[in-house]
This record gives sequence, structure tokens and C-alpha cells, in this order.
Amino acid sequence: MTTLDQPTVTADEPTPPPRPGSVRALLALLRNSWRGLTAMRTALVLLFLLALAALPGSLLPQQALNPNNVATYISQHGWWGTLLQKLQFFQVFSSVWFAAIYVLLFVSLVGCLLPRVIEYGRQLTAKPVITPRNLARLPHHEQIEIDAPDVDPAAVLTAVRGELRGWRQVERDERDGARSVSAERGFFREAGNLVFHFAMVGLIVAFAIGKFYSYTGQVIVLANGSTWCNSGVLQYDSFTPGLRVDGTQLAPFCVKINDFSANYLTNGQPDAYNSDIDYQSGQSLASDTWQPYDLKVNSPLRTAGDRVYLINHGYAPQFTVTFPDGQVRTQVIQWQPDDAATGLSEGATKFDPPDVTDPAQLTKQQLAVTGLFAPTATVSGGLVTSTYPALNNPEASVVVYQGDLGEDSGTGQSIFTIDQTMVDQGKLKNVDAANMKPGDQISLKDGTKIKFDNVQQWVALQIAHDPTQDYVLIFAVFMLLGLITSLTVKRRRLWVRVVPAGEGETAGRTVVEIGGLARTDQAGYGEEFTRLSARLLDAAARATVGEDS
Amino acid sequence: MPVNEHLAQYSNWAYTSTVVIYVLAMFFYLGEQALTRARTAATAPAARQLVTAGGATVTRTSSTPTEDEGDTGRRGERPTAERLGRMAVALTLLGLVVHVVSIVVRGLAVHRWPLGNMYEFISFFGLIAICAWLFMARKFAIRRLGAFVLLPVLILMFLGGTVLYAQAEPVQPALQSYWLIIHVTVVSAASGILLVPGVASVMYLMRGAHDRNPERFVKFGPKLPTTSTLDRLAYRSTIVGFPLFTFGVICGAIWAESAWGRFWGWDPKETTAFIAWVVYAAYLHSRATAGWRGNRAAIINILGFGVMIFNLFFVNFVDSGLHSYAGVGS
Repeated sequence: MTTLDQPTVTADEPTPPPRPGSVRALLALLRNSWRGLTAMRTALVLLFLLALAALPGSLLPQQALNPNNVATYISQHGWWGTLLQKLQFFQVFSSVWFAAIYVLLFVSLVGCLLPRVIEYGRQLTAKPVITPRNLARLPHHEQIEIDAPDVDPAAVLTAVRGELRGWRQVERDERDGARSVSAERGFFREAGNLVFHFAMVGLIVAFAIGKFYSYTGQVIVLANGSTWCNSGVLQYDSFTPGLRVDGTQLAPFCVKINDFSANYLTNGQPDAYNSDIDYQSGQSLASDTWQPYDLKVNSPLRTAGDRVYLINHGYAPQFTVTFPDGQVRTQVIQWQPDDAATGLSEGATKFDPPDVTDPAQLTKQQLAVTGLFAPTATVSGGLVTSTYPALNNPEASVVVYQGDLGEDSGTGQSIFTIDQTMVDQGKLKNVDAANMKPGDQISLKDGTKIKFDNVQQWVALQIAHDPTQDYVLIFAVFMLLGLITSLTVKRRRLWVRVVPAGEGETAGRTVVEIGGLARTDQAGYGEEFTRLSARLLDAAARATVGEDS
Repeated sequence: MPVNEHLAQYSNWAYTSTVVIYVLAMFFYLGEQALTRARTAATAPAARQLVTAGGATVTRTSSTPTEDEGDTGRRGERPTAERLGRMAVALTLLGLVVHVVSIVVRGLAVHRWPLGNMYEFISFFGLIAICAWLFMARKFAIRRLGAFVLLPVLILMFLGGTVLYAQAEPVQPALQSYWLIIHVTVVSAASGILLVPGVASVMYLMRGAHDRNPERFVKFGPKLPTTSTLDRLAYRSTIVGFPLFTFGVICGAIWAESAWGRFWGWDPKETTAFIAWVVYAAYLHSRATAGWRGNRAAIINILGFGVMIFNLFFVNFVDSGLHSYAGVGS
């Protein structure tokens, strides 16, 4: 990336005759490697490699986005899947080879930018180059010959220069009384180009720092006035920290989920999600006052440097169990939506018998109400299915298990299911099954009563923290501005020469010549040159002949 | 708000009519192309003209190459070819009007910005591609090549109207954002504009092959504009499409930040957009690198457009990422 405007000069300076010495050899190697790395063609190859390396990230499932798809892919493709996994193809953007390419590209970029800044500074202070002897050889050329002797070239040039506002120019005397102006403009092209590339460097650095100090986490909260506080990693259902986040210094804030509502179209497609919440952070956290917020999709709560997103919702049936000894326990646990289009959910609400501390007794009397929940139920052949995601006709199809839930087995349990191995081992027994509407109650053989009280809603919140994302945006905007500038501004040169009437062929005639050269892309300079030269020549002609014309 | 089924139906009729008109226009362009005689590249001779100013005679000599041979290169064309070409342009303009009507009515029918699924997206893409082409045809002598721009647009519009067609519907909550409107509109407009350099680069390769070996593309090659014209056409449309695409990606990131909780997450669509961006960056660099100009730059540009098309229309079928809103697949 030595320069965008000119072909890279590959011819090295004359190398001194080789001298013995491994230090010299090493230095030469380093110098040549550096030159090679910062050459434009290397950068071009690295750009291609970057594009190529990113390709599997779009074609193969990625661990960070969809671990289930990755597992499926690996199991379906045998040794090929395993090989891809070993080569980090399922985590392209954190792989060694992807990092190698962008680090090389980054070094190449910086190594080429620094000399360009110095070169640009030199160009800014340099005078426009001397007028070529033969302007007719330039890609753009115009000339007028005026039948007027005794013309002062300086006066003509003064008139011409009046039309050259915005051009950097210098006037020079030439041989035989001729005089010329060298003009140049379009320096913003390189400036824009440099801004673009430096902003890109800034963007990459800010992005990288963000990866170190950001975190995201998800949590499900019941929409019944429940409060959730960002006080530690354990508050989350899942938490993905950046490399330097240990979870001890999360931004403190609390949210209270008062309500959730959804609008659906007739086909079950959601139209709007709303959650009425209160939050407190900083001052209001200290004084324990709440501020209201209407949490919506596309409209996260931004507070304490964190963002809170509403990403999902679902239903939480409330069951009340009356144990044979008369004690009552009520539980509301979120059930998992299986089908977003119909709101059909699945889950397991688990109860421990009250006042039982003896593990042997406990493992005989634990209770789990599992099954399906349909917000708009249709029952056919005893099976409950849902036809619409709103709470129009809620009904649950429950299976009650009694026995040992296996919660002491040491392995973690999903809150949405029971441990199937306990059922298989016969330690957890299916004791009853029924379809229940809110208010319905069933009785087990041992006298335990289970009542389906009502249905509550839950929301899934995503909490995200990224301290550098604003900087990334600022750099991106500068990249765009730099890019537009460097692509629209043309670096171009113009020369005007006035040759006074001489002897022989040009006797009695003053010649005004204009030459033009676009230093970057020739495209587009022609029109401007034609327009400009016409104006300049008119000015010259008027200056030569006199204002009376 | 419910969908206005009548308007949706009118919009569909307008869409079909657009396709029919474009097909007709394409045949007229092909007719013009077929009847056009190959022109030998003539360098503009130095023009001399005499003007008198204030009593003195001023002789002007000019050797500035004009940007191109006028808008259509009509000099020395057979009148039939010329007439066919003009009719083709008129038909294209008529098609554009019906096309705009189709898109606007669709928006009225669904009470939202009419860029919410793949079908609508393709329609807008085609509209912008054709506008970009017509705009460029005012500066470059490329009118006869209209068929080669209409062809890919028609193929996509046909697929959009059949396989990828989606009923007129409102969109889900995550899509109800003005950043989405900007993002999707800008990205599809940029893609439409980038079709022009893609087509020009294919022509460039053909013309280049013909220039090197006149045996190749014997009939077609000589009727194409010169390689330098095609190269400039490709470059000048890319430098409009590329920054626009960049802007579209930035808008997408802003939207993603408020909709999905992060501005960039290497979602398949984001990744492919990144690849396309890098490829177009490589194109711009290649035009400034010795040994990479010409053929290689043209190939890179075609590659870039290939990645864009892949991203816009096919990533949705490969893997289900967050962008799979298109109303297809699943």
C-alpha cells in the first residue's frame, strides 16, 4: 500500500556491494522483508487472503453463533468435520490463521501509511512542478495564437491566474521571454485517503479493545414486578465475558419488569413487543428510586454504560401444590417456547416437599409438573396443540412425576426438563397426566392436590456492555468521509505558458498554451479541462487584445 | 394495520408488466446491437478553429480527448439501429415508471417501507441497477449494451416474482426501525449500482480477449466499447457504489446495535458483506498497482459483484443467521 496514486516503484536503490557478516545479512533480510510486506502487491494479496479466510465464516456454522449447528455438522461429516474443527474452521474469527492474516495486513498498512504521511507533508510544502517543455504532448492540451505583437506575458498570466482560484500555483520565467504558471490541485485526495486508512486502523484497535472489556449476558425475568440486578455473574442465566472481564466489576443497575405485552397478526406473526419496566442506576440506585422505561425491540434501555435488550418472551404457568399434610407451595417457572409462531411451550415446574430434611424421604416425595402449554389451545384426540401465540384459550397438558428429581446427582439440570435418566432408572415415576385449564385441579393417589392457578409471562433480557462501540462508530464515519473524499477528489495539474511574438514562424503572434494532466485517474478530467481551458484562454485573449472586445 | 389486498394485487400486476416491458426493451437493445457496425477506434483529430476577438484573429488548437464519443455514438450508425436503440431506451423508461408504481403501491398496500422481504428487495435492486445504467449511458457510449444489464436484472426479477415471492405482509418487530429502512435501501441501491461495473468488467474481459486475439468473440468483440472506456465505466460506477455500500454496512451496524445487542457479530450475512467489502477494496487497490490493472482488476470487480449477489440472495438459504427475515427458506 505504498501509494494509491502511483504504481509502486519496485526498483530498489543501488545496493552496496555485499560485505561479509551475518549481522549485515540479517539486516538486509529484515529490510527486504519489511519492504516486501509494505509493498502494495503484498497488501493486495493479503486482502485476498483475508476475504478467502473469512469465507468459511459465512458458509460453515460458527461456534459463537450456533453451537448446535456446529455439533450437527461435525457429527454428519465424520473425519472431515473433525478435521475442520481441529483447523478452527468453526471459529474462524478467533482462529490463529485469521489472526495471522489481519496482523500482517495491519503491519503492512501501518508500515505504508507512516512514510506516506511524511511524503504528503513534503508535497504540501513543495511548489507545483516546473512547466514541461512541450505541453502539446500532455493528454490535455489547448493552444491559441493571437495576432498581436508586443504582449506582456506577465499581464496575460495575471489575467489567467484570476481564473485559477483554488489552485496552488507558481509563476516562472522561461527562456526567450516566455513565462508560465504551474498549477496543481486536489491535495485532499491523499488527505482523504490517509484519513480513511488511519480511521480504519483506529476502528480495528477500538474493536479489539472492545473485545477485551465487553460482556454480554442473558437472563429470564418474570414480568410480574420481579426485579433483576446486574450485581454479579451469578445473576445471569448465561454470561459471555470479554478476555479481561472477570465479572467482579459489572456496571451496577437494577430493572423491575412490571408487565409484558405483545401484538400479533392474524397469522401469528408478532407485530410488536412491549415491556413496561422501571430501572435504577447511579444516583437513583443510591436513593432507591425507580425511573420508568418502555422497553421494546429496537429500543434498548441504555443505562450505566450497559444496554438492556428485550430479546424474547414466553409463558410461565403457576401451579400450587397442596401436600397431603396440608402444606401449600406455589411455583412460577418459565416454560420454554418450542414454536414461536404458536407459542406452544414446554417445561417442568419442580417442587420439594416442605419440611422434609431427610434425604431418603425427600427423594421419594419430590414432585415435577411437566408437559406442554398452549396459549391458544385446540385439543384433538386428547393432544393439546396451540394455534396462536396470544393467551386466548390457555391450556396445559401436564404429566406429573414423583420421586427423586436427581438434583443432588452433581450434574447440572435444565430448568425446562426433568432428568430423563432418573425416569429410566425408575427413581422418578409418572404418577398422573391430565389436560388442565387455569383453575383446574387434579389429585394424586397419595392425596397431593395440584392446581393450575394461572399463567404469567416472562421476558428474556440481554445485557450488553461494550465500552468502545462509540469510538468504533466515530472511526467508521471518518473512514466513510475519507473514502468519499479520496474517491471523488482528483489530483490534477495544469500549466499555462505565454510565448511572446518572436521571429520567423511566430512573428507577430502571441501563443498561449495550456496543458493538463490528471495525476490519478484520467476519468473525468477531460470535461473539467475543456471548461477551464476555455475560460482561461478567453481571459488570456481578452488580456492580450484589450478589454474593449 | 391490515394489508390492502387490492393494492397488493395492483402492485403485482405492475411488477409483471414491468418484467414484460423490460423483456421487450431487451430485444430492442439486442436488435440495435446486432445491426450496429463495428467501428474502428478513431482518435479525435486536433480541431482548429478561427475566432476573431476584438479585431485580432485568434486561432485555437485543441487536442483534448472528449470524455467519450457522445452519449450513444450515433455517428455513422444505420438509421434502423439508431431507431431501435431509441425505442429501447423509451421502453426502458416506460418500464421504470411502471416499476416505480409497483414498488410504491406495494408500500401503500402494506403500510410500510416496501423493502421487507426478498421479493421487494430484488425489485428495488433491479430498479436502481437500471437507473444507474441509464445514468452512465448518458456519459458513455454504452446504450447498445442495455440488454446485458437487463438480462441479469430480469433473471433476478423473474426469480423474485416466482420462487422468492412473498405475500404482502407487515414485518416483525425487529424490522420496524428507520435504521432498517436506511440500511436495506442503501445496501440494495449500492448493489444495484455495482451491477453496472460487474457487467462492464465482463465486457472488458471479452473485448480484451478479442483485442489480443481477434479470432475470439469475432462478431461480438468489435462492437463492444474499447477496453479503456469499459474500464473507466467500471471504475466510475464502483466509486459511487462502494462508498454507498460502506454507508449501508455502517447503518446496518447501527441497527444491529439496537436490535440485536451488538453492532457486529460475524453473522453469515455480515461476514459475506465484509468479504465483498474487502474484495472491492482490493479492486480499488489493484487499479493502482502495476501488473494488476486491466484484466485482473476486471476479474476482481466481477468477483466482488459475485459476492454481493451471493450475499443478497443466497446466504439466506445457506445458513440461518439473524438476517433470515427474507420470507424465504425456513
